[in-house]
Amino acid sequence: MTVALGSIREQIYNTAPPRGLFCDFPLGRPLGKPNDPEFQHQVLAAAFDLVDGATEQTVVDFPEAIVDDGSAVLSCTLPPRFDSSVHPAVDEAKGIRAAYDRAAGPGVRAGAGRVVGPDEIPAAIEAFIRIGDGTPWKEAGVPGIPARVAQDIRAYYEVAALELAEHSPSAWAGARWFLTETETGAVINKARDRMRDDGVKQPVWFYMAPGSL
Amino acid sequence: MPDADIKGLTAAIDCPTFESSAFSTAKPLAESVVAIVTTAALHHSDQDDFTPGDTTFRVLDGNRDDLVLGHWSPNFDTTGYAMDQNVVFPIDRLRELAENGTIGAVGDIHLSYAGNQFELSEVRMDSGPAGAKMLVDAGIDVVLLTPV
Repeated sequence: MTVALGSIREQIYNTAPPRGLFCDFPLGRPLGKPNDPEFQHQVLAAAFDLVDGATEQTVVDFPEAIVDDGSAVLSCTLPPRFDSSVHPAVDEAKGIRAAYDRAAGPGVRAGAGRVVGPDEIPAAIEAFIRIGDGTPWKEAGVPGIPARVAQDIRAYYEVAALELAEHSPSAWAGARWFLTETETGAVINKARDRMRDDGVKQPVWFYMAPGSL
Repeated sequence: MPDADIKGLTAAIDCPTFESSAFSTAKPLAESVVAIVTTAALHHSDQDDFTPGDTTFRVLDGNRDDLVLGHWSPNFDTTGYAMDQNVVFPIDRLRELAENGTIGAVGDIHLSYAGNQFELSEVRMDSGPAGAKMLVDAGIDVVLLTPV
């Protein structure tokens, strides 16, 4: 017997699971609030109420929504320029390595390393710098499919930022910070724009960043 | 880039519709064994990572603490999971519910699929039913599906 949580109203109502709870929470947080056991239990209670309570196929709404209006940005101080001989993005990435290593213990479950590990991050950034400067992406030395490499770089930054920041970011605040406030985010955006303008197939560049950017 | 805009990207994706619901009744929740099925592409560190378009599933041991988030889409927040796996995989909450008697027990196994799919027929015809059979054979009464 299945009780399904759903984060997108149209999807859960259209697929009509036997028992469904629509939770208007940001994508990636189906239980709503990290490190908030009380809230998570409220969600589970609403879902499990359907186990004994439903007598036919049903989908109900969880009464509380968590709305992301697109404005929250993680607050994180970045290291000052250290090595002027390298690109600012590479310097920046090296500067947050210690924070990444502190955070990337056994408890971290979403970090870099699926395609490129922390040791390879600077070289991967250099490849995207070359794309932004005009090198065709297939000749730039990206160590894998660009979207997957970009996702590892974003994860590297987000994990380091969770260690450096003095608050728990709301949903999307980490991604927004990476893409709008870091040197490497600018590199990824520039490379993505360049690939788009050069006529590279859409799936290759589009998934280097969240969809609407 | 509000979250609603990202969700809006899915508006053009057709949802499968079914002629009938798989609605069924089970034993009371307080006597039920509960497992999690997630579409977050979670996997243990020594299991194969999910490839894009991977329609298979991984069997998860809820007693291990080495789950990796394997979802390939950039279109979701990953910091929530990095801070607290329970926001996607609420294993600690289920244990608490078992301890206080709300549910009968937490299952020995849980399953993970990759939610970033464009072609669902393999999941519907093959890996979905195979996963369901595995859960039934493992004595699972209730599944909590968490989406990513």
